[in-house]
Amino acid sequence: MSGPFAALFSGLAWIASLIDPLCGPIGVFRWFGAGTLLACGDAGWGDEIAYGFLVTASLAIATLPLGLVVGFFIALAKQSEERSLRLAGNIYTTIFRGLPELLTLFIVYYGLQILVQQFLATVGYEGPVEINAFVAGMIALGVVFSAYCSEVLLSAFKAIPQGQYEAGDALGLHRGATMRLIILPQLIRIALPGLGNLWMALLKDTALVSVVGLPDILRQTGVAARVTKHAFEFFGIACILFLILAMISSVVFSALERSTRRAEAGR
Amino acid sequence: MSIAETMIPPQAPPPAPPKAYTLSRFFGSVALGIWLALGVGIFLTVVNGWDPEKFSRYGPSFLSGLGVTLALVISSILMGAVLSLPVALGRMSKNKIWSWLAYAYVYFFRGTPLITQLFLVYYGLGSFRPQLDAIGLWWFFRDAWNCALFTFTLNTAAYQAEILRGAIQSVPRGQHEGAAALGLPQRVAFFKVILPQAMIVALRPYGNEIILMIKGSAIVAIVTVFDLMGETRRAFSRTFDYQMYVWAALLYLSMVELLRNVWGWLEARLTRHLKR
Repeated sequence: MSGPFAALFSGLAWIASLIDPLCGPIGVFRWFGAGTLLACGDAGWGDEIAYGFLVTASLAIATLPLGLVVGFFIALAKQSEERSLRLAGNIYTTIFRGLPELLTLFIVYYGLQILVQQFLATVGYEGPVEINAFVAGMIALGVVFSAYCSEVLLSAFKAIPQGQYEAGDALGLHRGATMRLIILPQLIRIALPGLGNLWMALLKDTALVSVVGLPDILRQTGVAARVTKHAFEFFGIACILFLILAMISSVVFSALERSTRRAEAGR
Repeated sequence: MSIAETMIPPQAPPPAPPKAYTLSRFFGSVALGIWLALGVGIFLTVVNGWDPEKFSRYGPSFLSGLGVTLALVISSILMGAVLSLPVALGRMSKNKIWSWLAYAYVYFFRGTPLITQLFLVYYGLGSFRPQLDAIGLWWFFRDAWNCALFTFTLNTAAYQAEILRGAIQSVPRGQHEGAAALGLPQRVAFFKVILPQAMIVALRPYGNEIILMIKGSAIVAIVTVFDLMGETRRAFSRTFDYQMYVWAALLYLSMVELLRNVWGWLEARLTRHLKR
C-alpha cells in the first residue's frame, strides 16, 4: 500500500527539485546566491527559503478549491427561495467576513486542538495533541475565502438573467445540467475578476499561518533573520518573493480572463 | 346587497395548500440548527465558565486593548488619507518618473502581506540603528507602536491612493469640459466639481478599507503591541481559557458590524439627491 505512494511522492519531490526556481539546477539562489547568505545547502539559507516558498504556494493552492466549492454552495444558499437557508448563509458570511483572519486562525487552531483532545479523552487517549498547522491554516483561510467568494459569486449570479434558466428548461435540461452547461460557464466569466482579487488576498493571508508555526516564507526568513541578524535583507527577500507570487498570479489571471472572454467576443 | 350575495352565501377561502417539504428546506433547517447549537454551546460555555474574578481582572485590559486598536486604526487611516493624495496625483501624472514611482509604491504595498511589511520595519530597521541614531530617528522606530503606525499608514495610503484614483477617473470627461466651459480655473474645478462627485463613488471602498484596517490591525499583537488581539493572547496564555477568543471575536464583530451599518446609513444620506 505504502510502496507505490512513497515512490510517487519521491518522484514528485524529484520533479519539484528539478524545476525549483530558487534552489534547483537552474535556480536563482544556486546561480547568484553562492557564497552569500542565500547559498543553497548547509552554507546558506537558500534552500530553507525555497522550502518556505513551496509551502506558501502549496497552502494557497490547496485552500483555493476548498474555498471555491464551499463559497459556491453558500452563494447557492444565499440566493435560494428558502428563508432559513438564506439566513444561515448570511450568518456565515457576516461572521467570517467580520473576524480578523488572525483571530479566525487562532480560533480554528486552538478550537480544533480542544475538540480533538476532548474527543480523544472520551475514547480513552490522554496525551498532548498537536494540530497540523497546515491543516488549521487551510481550514481558517478556506473559511474566510469562502465567505468572500460567496459574495462575489452571488453578485455574479444576479448578473445572469432569468431567461438563461428558462432557456435551460425549454431545452428540457434538468436543473443540474442547466447549472453545469449554461450557468456555470457564464458565472466563471463574470466572477473571474473578483475571484482574482480574492486569490491575491488569500496569497497574502497565508503569511499569517507562520504565526502558528507553519514553515512558510515568512517563518523561514524570520528564523534566518534571527540567526544571522540580517533582518532587513531577509524580510526584504520575503517581500520580493510575495511580489513574485503576485506577479505570476496576475499574469495567470489575465490569461484566464482572455481565454474566457473569447466566448463573448461575437456579441 | 346584490343578487349574487343572496344567492351564494359568503364562504371562507379555501385552505392554502400545504408547503411542499423541499430538500432546500431540509438543508436550511439543518444549517440553522447547527448555528443555533453553536450559539447555545458558546453561550453555555461562557455561562458555565463565568468567573467574576477573571472578568474583573481581564475586562479592563480588553477595553484598553480595544482603545489601542481604535487609536491605531483611526490615526493610520487619517494619516494615510493625507499621504494618499500625492500618491494618487502621482499615479495620474503625465510625468513618467512620478507615475512610475507612485505605481511602484502602490504595487509594493498592495502586493505584499501587511505582516511582512510590519516585520520589515520593526525587525529590519533595527539593522540600521547607527544610521537612524545619527539622524535622530531611532527613538521613533524603537517603539513597536510607532512602527505599527508607520507601516499601517504607508500601507493604507497605497490602498487609499488607488481608491481615490479610481474615483477621480470615474468622473465623466464631460464634467471637466463643463467646468472648463464655465471658465473655472483648474484648481476650483477639481475641488468644487470633480472631487465631490469622486468622493461619492469612493465612499463604499473607503468603508471597506477601514474595515480591512480594523481586521488587519490584529497582527500588531505579534510585534508586542497590546491591542485587542494582544490582550486576548496574553489573557489566553495566562488562563488557557478558550472564552477569551470568544470575547475578542464578539468585540471585533460588533466593531465591524457597527461600522458597516453606520457606513450604510451615511451612504444613503449622502446619495439621497441621486435617488429618482
